[in-house]
Amino acid sequence: MTTTHTTTEAAVSKPPKLTSKQLPKATPWIVAIASILVAILISFIAFGGFNIPVVAVLAGLINAIAVFAVSAAYEGRRKAVDRIATTVVTSTFILACVPLISLLWLTASKGGAAISGDLLTRTMLGMKGVLDQQYVAGEVTLAGGFYHAIVGTVLITAAACIISIPIGVLTAIYLVEYSNKNRLGKAITFLVDVMTGIPSIVAGLFAFALFSTIANVLMPGSAGIAKTGFTAAVALSVLMIPIVVRNTEEILRLVPMDLREASYALGVPKWKTIVKIVLPTSVSGILSGVTIAIARVIGETAPIMVTAGFAKTLNWNLFSGWMSTLPTFIYDSQLRPVSPGAAALASSERAWAAALVLVALVMVLNLLARIIAKVLAPKAGR
Amino acid sequence: MSKQIDIKDLDIFYGDFRAVDGVQMQIKPRSVTAFIGPSGCGKSTVLRTLNRMHEVIPGASVSGEVLMDGNDIYGAGVDPVNVRREVGMVFQRANPFPTMSIKENVLAGVRLNNRRLSKSEADDLTERALRGANLWNEVKDRLNLPGSGLSGGQQQRLCIARAIAVEPEVLLMDEPCSALDPISTLAIEDLINDLKDKYTVVIVTHNMQQAARVSDKTAFFNIAGTGKPGKLIEFNETSTIFSNPDKEETENYISGRFG
Repeated sequence: MTTTHTTTEAAVSKPPKLTSKQLPKATPWIVAIASILVAILISFIAFGGFNIPVVAVLAGLINAIAVFAVSAAYEGRRKAVDRIATTVVTSTFILACVPLISLLWLTASKGGAAISGDLLTRTMLGMKGVLDQQYVAGEVTLAGGFYHAIVGTVLITAAACIISIPIGVLTAIYLVEYSNKNRLGKAITFLVDVMTGIPSIVAGLFAFALFSTIANVLMPGSAGIAKTGFTAAVALSVLMIPIVVRNTEEILRLVPMDLREASYALGVPKWKTIVKIVLPTSVSGILSGVTIAIARVIGETAPIMVTAGFAKTLNWNLFSGWMSTLPTFIYDSQLRPVSPGAAALASSERAWAAALVLVALVMVLNLLARIIAKVLAPKAGR
Repeated sequence: MSKQIDIKDLDIFYGDFRAVDGVQMQIKPRSVTAFIGPSGCGKSTVLRTLNRMHEVIPGASVSGEVLMDGNDIYGAGVDPVNVRREVGMVFQRANPFPTMSIKENVLAGVRLNNRRLSKSEADDLTERALRGANLWNEVKDRLNLPGSGLSGGQQQRLCIARAIAVEPEVLLMDEPCSALDPISTLAIEDLINDLKDKYTVVIVTHNMQQAARVSDKTAFFNIAGTGKPGKLIEFNETSTIFSNPDKEETENYISGRFG
């Protein structure tokens, strides 16, 4: 009975149609190029010349409309909506890339034009305005350099890492493995959230206030000696710890409970399970998180200014004397050029070169983290 | 090298929720005991109390006694780590350590428990454990490759090898074949038959044929409804459970007429 029923129904209903009209694969590209050409044409007619922002906005709009119209006419409404969604997502992505690429381009072109090996190996020791005026006049090569700022950046960031990575990772381990969402765990999570939002200048003021108070207690009247690279490193740690905690926590929570249970079932104590099973499984993720945190603090300017001051010369000692980092060097060069007036250009060029080095440093760090992550990641091994 | 387990008046709680109520059972050494029953009836929970693994879940607690050759594993001063060294466990989902090679996986239990092994001892133990888990011939040429590269069935046997490498007295298996194909299942069932010569084996399974094939005794658990505690309905010789059970509930369950 049932069988006959379905048979008749199948015979009555139309056979299913599985094919539909489809535009050739190249269509979106052709439409996009046509839209750009039309936009350029409109730009010439309406604005009397080639105007990049106008062309970009017009091309985007025309492209979206054209894609929808072409697709709706040929393929039907559902596919047209699908295509317009794709177009919008892609256009937004391109839009988001614009500031990024233009920033990188500007830094690379301006910094690349100014940079030289001498800038990387010299400090601002004995720098005079005359030298810059002679440079702008074309008589000598660009004097000065920011070796001291590179050293300062590396030392202060390294010290900040040494302070904040152990604290951050251990806090995350406590939160994930030990707290069981108890009150202390919730309090720490709340405080970490609050710390994430601390303005960096406040972190700098905090570190300076802390160390100048200590210095004042030990040696009354000597609060000023608290301006050191180490104070700056503590300020950066305040910014770095919450990021490390958050990232590490997320990664540790991704380690399957199965692995911990497998280890416990072998009679392995909890601490050893964490050290030998959980951490090795998540080490690549933890390192990525740490790199993000480093990249975040390495470009900090405000907290360095209030904690380490501005140094013109090389200082390898984190615990005594002022230090410069690349961001404070850039800030100082732009704000207080060595020579005022037209020769300020020389300071500006040094600043751009320093900016390029800073961006390159962050990129190298990211690359390094990716390589380490890849090497240490658990392998599928098929 | 295998122990008798006596479970007396065991109640198991998750927080305030009573998950399992009043279990009484005697598990003989060198035998295979199967736990069967519908989902959520507490059979895995009972299994996990036998090596204090249920405590890993926050808020879980028990009352009652679990005696291993007369010693209460819930007695005062008992370290769960020591209990787990005596009572190994194999889980539903194969869980080899992803950062370790096949060989390191097998040796993980021994190495992580601070026992230094010479190279020859390590090689011997690896071979013994893998042979014990019927896996040696399949992996002997790739001992240094990651364990996660094996097939699901092989991974599960690797986990068994890892569990028996620490030479426990008792081996608990929580639905070890539920994710495996019939051939891998057969390999593991054969293995359980071999393991019974040396270990006390307790296995949770949803597959009643499997329980009938591998076990000497079978425990049937059931639950009255959602939110009610699971109970041990009948504990008997496997042949009795599957041919002529004492309780009607058991009969209904194994014959497929539920409720």
